[in-house]
Amino acid sequence: MRTSNPFIAVAAVVLCPALMFAGTISGKVTYTGTPVKQKPISMAKEPSCEKQHATPINTETVVTGANNTLENVVVYISAGGDDGSAPAQAVTFTQKGCQYIPHVIALHTGQEVHVVNGDQTSHNIHPMPKSNPEWNKSQPPGAPPIVQKFDNPEFISVKCQIHPWMHGWFAVLKTNHYSITGDGGAFTLPNLPPGKYTITAWHEDYGTQTQDVTISGNETKSVDFSFKAKAY
Amino acid sequence: MGGKIFAVLIVIIALASAVPIMNHTFLGASVTLPEDISTHGKAIDDQLSVTMKEAGISFLAAQLVLGLFVWQFANRKGATKTFPGGATAMVIVAFLFVGAEVLALGMVGSKAWGMVYFKPAASDALPVQAQAGQFAFYFRYPGPDGKFGQIHPDKIDEGNSNFFGLDPENDIPARDDITAGELVVPVGKEVNLMMHAKDVGHSFYVRELRIQQDFVPGLDLSVHFTATKIGKYEIVCTQLCGLGHYNMKSYLNVMSQEDFDKWLKSQSN
Amino acid sequence: MSDMSVHAAVHGAPTSFIRKYVFSLDHKIIGLQYYALALVAVVTGMVLSWIMRVHLVWPNAPIPGLGALAKVGAPGGVVTPEYYLQLMTMHGTLMVFFVLTNAPFAAFGNYFLPIQIGAEDMAFPRFNMMSFWTTFVAFCILISAFFVGDGPPLSGWTGYAPLSAVGKDAGPGQGIGQSLWGISIFVFCIASLLGSLNFIATTLDLRTKGMTLSRMPIVTWAWFITSCIALLAFAVLMPACLLLILDRVTGTSFFIPAGLNVGDHIQPHQGGSPLLWQHLFWFFGHPEVYIAILPAIGIVSHILICNMRKNMLSHRVLIYCMMAIGFLSYMVWGHHMFLSGMNPFSALVFSFPTLMITIPATIMTLIWLGSLYGSNLRINSASLFCLGFISMFVSGGVSGFFLAQPSIDIYLHATYFVVGHFHMVMGVAAIMGVFAGTYFWFPKMTGRMMNETLGRWHFFLTLIGTYAIFMPFHYLGLAGNVRRYSAFQDDFLVPLIPVHKFITYAALFTGAAQLIFIANLVYSRFKGPQASPNPWECTSLEWSTPSSPPPFDNFGGQHPVVHHDPYQYGVKSSTGDYIMQTSPGPGAAS
Repeated sequence: MRTSNPFIAVAAVVLCPALMFAGTISGKVTYTGTPVKQKPISMAKEPSCEKQHATPINTETVVTGANNTLENVVVYISAGGDDGSAPAQAVTFTQKGCQYIPHVIALHTGQEVHVVNGDQTSHNIHPMPKSNPEWNKSQPPGAPPIVQKFDNPEFISVKCQIHPWMHGWFAVLKTNHYSITGDGGAFTLPNLPPGKYTITAWHEDYGTQTQDVTISGNETKSVDFSFKAKAY
Repeated sequence: MGGKIFAVLIVIIALASAVPIMNHTFLGASVTLPEDISTHGKAIDDQLSVTMKEAGISFLAAQLVLGLFVWQFANRKGATKTFPGGATAMVIVAFLFVGAEVLALGMVGSKAWGMVYFKPAASDALPVQAQAGQFAFYFRYPGPDGKFGQIHPDKIDEGNSNFFGLDPENDIPARDDITAGELVVPVGKEVNLMMHAKDVGHSFYVRELRIQQDFVPGLDLSVHFTATKIGKYEIVCTQLCGLGHYNMKSYLNVMSQEDFDKWLKSQSN
Repeated sequence: MSDMSVHAAVHGAPTSFIRKYVFSLDHKIIGLQYYALALVAVVTGMVLSWIMRVHLVWPNAPIPGLGALAKVGAPGGVVTPEYYLQLMTMHGTLMVFFVLTNAPFAAFGNYFLPIQIGAEDMAFPRFNMMSFWTTFVAFCILISAFFVGDGPPLSGWTGYAPLSAVGKDAGPGQGIGQSLWGISIFVFCIASLLGSLNFIATTLDLRTKGMTLSRMPIVTWAWFITSCIALLAFAVLMPACLLLILDRVTGTSFFIPAGLNVGDHIQPHQGGSPLLWQHLFWFFGHPEVYIAILPAIGIVSHILICNMRKNMLSHRVLIYCMMAIGFLSYMVWGHHMFLSGMNPFSALVFSFPTLMITIPATIMTLIWLGSLYGSNLRINSASLFCLGFISMFVSGGVSGFFLAQPSIDIYLHATYFVVGHFHMVMGVAAIMGVFAGTYFWFPKMTGRMMNETLGRWHFFLTLIGTYAIFMPFHYLGLAGNVRRYSAFQDDFLVPLIPVHKFITYAALFTGAAQLIFIANLVYSRFKGPQASPNPWECTSLEWSTPSSPPPFDNFGGQHPVVHHDPYQYGVKSSTGDYIMQTSPGPGAAS
């Protein structure tokens, strides 16, 4: 069910009774085993960033919370749901203190991402996609946001060569049903009409897991994911 | 008129240009050059000072004579004269003086070069590997086992602090390797810096250390030095390497042996 | 040799505008075309340097109008780091190839070499036309890099591999722009090879009766020696560019070794060597310096002799010095690569011939200075620029003492000391030679005189300005100020920014002073007073032509016969204190 036409979209919302009985999938992402200890980042080469951090920040490849919960996992509906359309609202990706905030953003194909430089130094933003065009642009302090979009869904590694420790991810999805786990590893996918869905959880180091879930009516289904930590 | 203006102007320009040369020669090299913190640096500085004197004299003499002759002979009328001795004298003077200068500079001047490049590093020199990549330097110490792990270019993951592409899962010597974003060395101890380029050409330059050496992709180069003064000095890249070239830097952190040992220990866990 | 001179008309007079001024076979028009191209290139290159200088000291200041011209490179008019390097690369490439090679060598050489040897045209007029238009194509290809993909290349005019070879993975400016750069230089090499072959053939085969090699003016010799250098130098750069293009486009690995991770992409190359590029490039690159400076040396000596009203102490020794420099220039390329990982002993091998170049350079300087002694030096715009050339040649030359020594190069390599050195000796000195040539030959080329007052203002402001720009570069270099940085933010560089501000002001000032020259050029072309056939009372053949500019076949159907050595000044004759090369009768003893 594509809802690219706003009239159909409105009609669907008004007429489709299923939406009124929207279901929700929620859950938690955890890990087993012992993850690699994250290393402190030396920002010695960029004093304007170094002094923004009282203690050195750590790498963010594996970010964990209490009770073995795992952060920065993108959980989304990979099959069974509607594709949705690109929201007009842009997603903001900020460079601050020589760090990407947030570490992972998710956006719809065709949705704009605004890359903002909040630092007193130049950054270069270099996403390395496989099925979208690759680009690499520098952004001096005070320069306007870089506005870009991606037409094909994929997980794109984003780097800054000027500050090689900076690493982030663009999760370009063909759905608006997604959630990124934060502190506590929890996620929620609301407003799901009844149906059979495939839920995918993606982590930059640990890979992907999928689970099938069926929603029938106005209910909340709980789904948990558990990743096996890598020793190195 | 134009000739006299030129003569005066060229003398003023020459004298103004020579002020830093004079400063260097009479007030000491420390006025124009940064301090030297290496064992071989003095040889370079001395050579530079000698060259400065010779170049300064040649420069001033030529400009002042040019000014003088133009002042004297501009718009002159009457029969022309020939400089005593003619071309033969000029050729002889040039061969004698400049030839001697060339020989002297070439022979004596190679001393400092030899100190850096002809002598290999001492066998007990501290081995450190330097890696240059767009746009940062990283340094690696072999750890307690004294062995460097292997570099796997495809495993480089800077976002996860794996700057050298180590494979600790399969490569045991790599497990205790210590990597750092700055070059920490003990004072008074010779360092054997092994240069590795990750992507394109770069260069390692610490002006206080009087060391500059290119990183050339595909070549295993090394350079050795002994830092003589505790402190923090900037390492910059001097080979154009891309958009972030101006921001490619690190620090040389010279510590006492105790502080260095402590630092190494704090890094190894 | 003189009786072998060829006198048959090489081609008929053109009739249509296109054949006369566009696709002309006439060496004079081709010379002017080269001059015009160099002028466009030098103005472009200078504007680029202004943008660079402004960005260096006010990094966040928007430059009016630039935002619209370069949306990607300078969003909102603020120059990005990569755009700075792109401008720098284009500045260097334009200046070295399209200005310093074209103006003193191709432009003046084309115009005056055939006339000075009494020929009607070059040996191969069609080749000559092809040389210019090929150069023009190379220029267009280079400029088009401004308008493609992510813009012009950023790896500098030296185009060091593998940065220039691995393509887009190395960041902005390494896309199609870098390929266009390689193609442009490749095409430029073809043009230069054709041009220098033509110069050599013309000099050897088309000399008129009595014009023996030893009777050729010093500037003719300079162009001839330069042609020989260019023939060897560009013949090496051309295949180097081809290999670079192949590495970029077809995936070969001439300059790229195995195991490179560029921008998180493992490069699919193996077996190449970045040093191979450096050797090939500098084997061309160092002789290129002399391709720029030797014609200027010739021009300046030629003009000075005329204005001193006496010959140099020995113009032949000057010619021998030029030959010696040309010969040595092929043995010194490694001094650009002292720190690039060559065997350290080879540094000494390259250092000695480099230092030895000082000997002929000193002999030349001493001869210029010694010749000024006792001369009747006429001061005019042309002779002033000659004096400026000598001053700059010395200033830029003495800094070569430092850089020729590998031990000092450890400290000064890749600093502003190098930038100051080569700008003075190769850039400013050669350009001063071009200015001298312009003021001197303008009456012959256009039939009108240039304005002398404007010319002197132009000279003095340029002299002060260029010293103010490039002398401080040396002191920045001694302080360790590294080059090719788009911003100075390191702790040891920040205190040097005031010096950079001074340099930027000086650069804007000096650039503005060049407007006087452009205005003089345009005004005098149309409104200047009529020039007599020999306004400077010179002896060489270009002043024997029946009119200014010379007729289509240079000597109006006559075949000049040469009776004398080129520089018969300070003698009693019916015309004054000089004897034309063409005038029969006794001359001074040579």
